[in-house]
Amino acid sequence: MTVVEESTNAVPTPDNNLNDQKPAGFGRMLRKEDPRFVRGMGQYCDDVELPGMLHLAILRSPYAHARIVSIDKTAAEAHPKVKAVITGEDLAASNLAWMPTLSNDVQAVLATDKVRFQHQEVAFVVAEDRYSARDALELIDVEYDPLPAVIDVRKALAPDAPIIRDDLDGKTNNHCFEWEAGDKAATDAVFADADAAEDGIVVTEDIVYPRVHPAPMETCGCVADVERVSGKLTLWCTTQAPHAHRTVYALVAGLPEHKIRIIAPDIGGGFGNKVPIYPGYVCAIVASLVIGKPVKWMEDRTENLVSTGFARDYVMRGEIAATRDGKIRAIRTEVLADHGAFNGTAAPVKYPAGFFGVFTGSYDLEAAYAHMDAVYTNKAPGGVAYACSFRITEAVYLVERMVDVLAHDLDMDPAELRLKNFIQPDQFPYESKTGWIYDSGDYEPAMRKAMAMAGYDELRREQAEKRERGELMGIGISFFTEAVGAGPRKDMDILGLGMADGCELRVHPTGKAVVRLSVKTQGQGHETTFAQIIAEEIGIPPEDIDVVHGDTDNTPFGLGTYGSRSTPVSGAAAALVARKVRDKAQIIASGMLEASVADIEYEAGAFRVKGDPEKSVTIQDIAMKAHGAGDLPDGLEGGLEAQICYNPENLTYPFGAYICVVDIDPGTAEVTVRRFIAVDDCGTQINPMIIEGQVHGGLADGVGMALMEMIAFDEDGNCVSGTLMDYLIPTAMEVPDWETGHTVTPSPHHPIGAKGIGESATVGSPPAIVNAVIDALKPYGVRHADMPLTPSRVWETMQGNHTPPI
Amino acid sequence: MQVPAPFEYERATSVDHAIALMERLGSEARIVAGGHSLLPMMKLRLATPEYLIDINDLSAELEYIRIEGDEVRIGALTRHRQLLESDELAAVLPIFRDAEKVIADPIVRNRGTLGGSLCQADPSEDLSAVCDAVGASCVIRSTTGERVVSMHDFHRGPYETAVGDGEMLTEVRVPIRPNSSSAYHKVERRAGDWAVASAGAAVTMDGDVIADGRVGLCAVGPNLTNVEPISAALRGQAPSEELYARVGQIAADNASPSADTRGTAAYKTHLAKELTIRSLRKAVARATGQD
Repeated sequence: MTVVEESTNAVPTPDNNLNDQKPAGFGRMLRKEDPRFVRGMGQYCDDVELPGMLHLAILRSPYAHARIVSIDKTAAEAHPKVKAVITGEDLAASNLAWMPTLSNDVQAVLATDKVRFQHQEVAFVVAEDRYSARDALELIDVEYDPLPAVIDVRKALAPDAPIIRDDLDGKTNNHCFEWEAGDKAATDAVFADADAAEDGIVVTEDIVYPRVHPAPMETCGCVADVERVSGKLTLWCTTQAPHAHRTVYALVAGLPEHKIRIIAPDIGGGFGNKVPIYPGYVCAIVASLVIGKPVKWMEDRTENLVSTGFARDYVMRGEIAATRDGKIRAIRTEVLADHGAFNGTAAPVKYPAGFFGVFTGSYDLEAAYAHMDAVYTNKAPGGVAYACSFRITEAVYLVERMVDVLAHDLDMDPAELRLKNFIQPDQFPYESKTGWIYDSGDYEPAMRKAMAMAGYDELRREQAEKRERGELMGIGISFFTEAVGAGPRKDMDILGLGMADGCELRVHPTGKAVVRLSVKTQGQGHETTFAQIIAEEIGIPPEDIDVVHGDTDNTPFGLGTYGSRSTPVSGAAAALVARKVRDKAQIIASGMLEASVADIEYEAGAFRVKGDPEKSVTIQDIAMKAHGAGDLPDGLEGGLEAQICYNPENLTYPFGAYICVVDIDPGTAEVTVRRFIAVDDCGTQINPMIIEGQVHGGLADGVGMALMEMIAFDEDGNCVSGTLMDYLIPTAMEVPDWETGHTVTPSPHHPIGAKGIGESATVGSPPAIVNAVIDALKPYGVRHADMPLTPSRVWETMQGNHTPPI
Repeated sequence: MQVPAPFEYERATSVDHAIALMERLGSEARIVAGGHSLLPMMKLRLATPEYLIDINDLSAELEYIRIEGDEVRIGALTRHRQLLESDELAAVLPIFRDAEKVIADPIVRNRGTLGGSLCQADPSEDLSAVCDAVGASCVIRSTTGERVVSMHDFHRGPYETAVGDGEMLTEVRVPIRPNSSSAYHKVERRAGDWAVASAGAAVTMDGDVIADGRVGLCAVGPNLTNVEPISAALRGQAPSEELYARVGQIAADNASPSADTRGTAAYKTHLAKELTIRSLRKAVARATGQD
């Protein structure tokens, strides 16, 4: 059942601050973590200072592709403050020069034979301070023999392309992997039919999702400390997945897992950038092992942009087969995926293209098929990052851009076209033509609500008037469905680790509690949201619940926070562990109230005897009884705590309707985002303020990707986006006041009906903005243009000179 | 954290002290004022000066905007923020406020200086184009005295100026003419970005005709200080859209931009024209009281 609620854009007043309530469960409340953040009291990796700590700096390759002839480190070693200079050859002696990636490829920790992308790690220096470490890098003399580089992904599979991964046995080309989804024969048949039929139409467009970067405010880094007597490694690290990292270190480095403790302190933004294990972490661990002192490595801004997990980089050909009255019959796509020099994608093993398979979008089709070739290029590795829900960003962009291409060719209103093709409410659970089981959805109310908030018909009238005057105004729509909350262990794992999440809840004698999570916040507000989930289930106020996370010695195992999985997976674990505690509390209450367990009912923190509401005890009374003196019901242990490991039954499928209004200066081609309306449905809402915050951030991300962000390379493979002067991220000046609303369609399989929201706006907003720009350019006969839609690219498109960005 | 190469640092206590230090330390010494161009370059190790001479204590000598007779004198240490906020300056030379509104962000504007901007001589730097348009001159001091050079002579090319070893830019002087005004237009990919292209225009009216007009362009190629054919085309002409278009075309013809991530050469050339037209239109409207 879908609930359509009023918009929540009410402005708080001193008398009515909507965000400063104190709910006993779900609802608006200020974030518990914010007092320390707004006072500058957060504790980040770079705040960790240990006695005798040394500093590590990494020497990186100036070439995109070159053989290493020799490395002379004698001058660097002679620097008075340098403690060690380590090269790939040194690591190879301990079999540590290469490490596995999260996608079962290997990646060089330090290059031994050759460098494969510009800024690849070549050597590191450990020194008494970070200045000396950096200075000593310039004393290392590396002789390179430059090789031709593969930069244009379209040329990677050419017969004469230089072979990048000659480290892999028998590798004779740059092919990384092949992937397909859907039914090729059935899809081809529908296309042939639509092509031949009088009332049929087939549209095709080449669409690039350029390489972008999450660019979190805090760069990546760590402090490694190997305790000399016990041999225990403590690693303070900027990781979104501390438990997964610990197990990987244990499997790879041969360190016993109980002698590894990963602590992820406060994280200044992750967005997927802090999922992979980077060479720098391994270098710091090796340095601490070798030298016997704690070692800190914090990358600088440039290192973060040029070497760590990028995102997207898909070159796609999209095709839709439809009828001329606007019924979409099939979607087909061919994708060339640029994975850089090593396949560092972080995705469930059976999903090398992530969840790109949901490219069928929110529409009921006859058939669908995707084929992908992933290739190696001389660029930094990565692939899944930047709040993309495992490649759903690319999938949604493809389908929502293609639907607009179809609307263009049919001269049909894009809202009407979408409404005509939605999966209908009675079709859920809906199995898509690529095999995804959409759990729940009711699309039309969300679409209608967004159109009502936007004043859609009035906007179209305004646009028509402006076109008469030669003014350029565009209205863009996207309607997205995501698949988030990886994932069911029956078919999802990363390096053999199932994607379930643990949770532990302990209620103290005075009725306060501590809940321990396996996931790790990077700004999402877990310390508040998870306290609210527990509060909703057992009635302990959120402020009385301590949320512990990010420390492998103090939290249960689980795979971490990315792909919008915290609430769908770990949130379910939190609700269920609280119900376990509640069940025990009910038994204790039955003893206290001298009634049978079946006669006890629970409501908002109180346990009552049915039909006798005067007889009740609170969860706080029960906590004291559980730990106190006197008898408990027969067979019951003392204490009030529980633990759980939650294996999700399915993914959750949040959705949303976004409408963007842009104005374009016809003389300069500058795009202004005038309005943005976002109606999201993430099922049951836990804290609407936090949800709005997530949506606001994701929408700003979308403005960045649509209009300005791109990791670009010159023809020699030099990355030309290595500073925030060159790699632009949007500011408050480029974004409008967001207009948010929501509908509520609970997930049927999630204990509280919640779906993930963390990436919805990042996924859904770029196509809305691009569609708006293309709509504005309709008088110029424009049907498609690629991101980023900088003034220059828009102007060139207006001249009929659009060229893809790579 | 990006860290610069080692350097030595001294705080000057007077302009004379700063110049004496510059003379003694030679070409490896750099003056630092706001530091918003120099320090990022040092952190990226694109600049590796051996000595930094900090002049931030010299506000009393170098931080001022004075209207004296028929010229404005602006101290080299005057911050962007002061150029933005000065009502006196905006009244006679509104182009400064136009430009400062789109230069960087408040953090940079609080520290960055006029002198630093001109001496950095980045080809995408806004204030050079502004000073070109308004016909400014620069006061350069050394131990042997002062010399005054026009913007045309001040600019030697990208990142190169007339300021030699042991010398220091101390003041910028801008003539104030009656019946005159000015304007600045810039296209940037995002607030705070360097210009994709920009143009500043200054005009002096004589009745219904333009007695004198100048245009300064930014980020569309070298040596675009005071494009003389533009001034020649404007002189004695009655303002009209046809005139602006003609002059805009001259600006485009004189532009020789290079393609980069900010834009294609064709787009930047187009902007040289478009922004010249907009700046002239605005400057004339202001000068004739129609704005």
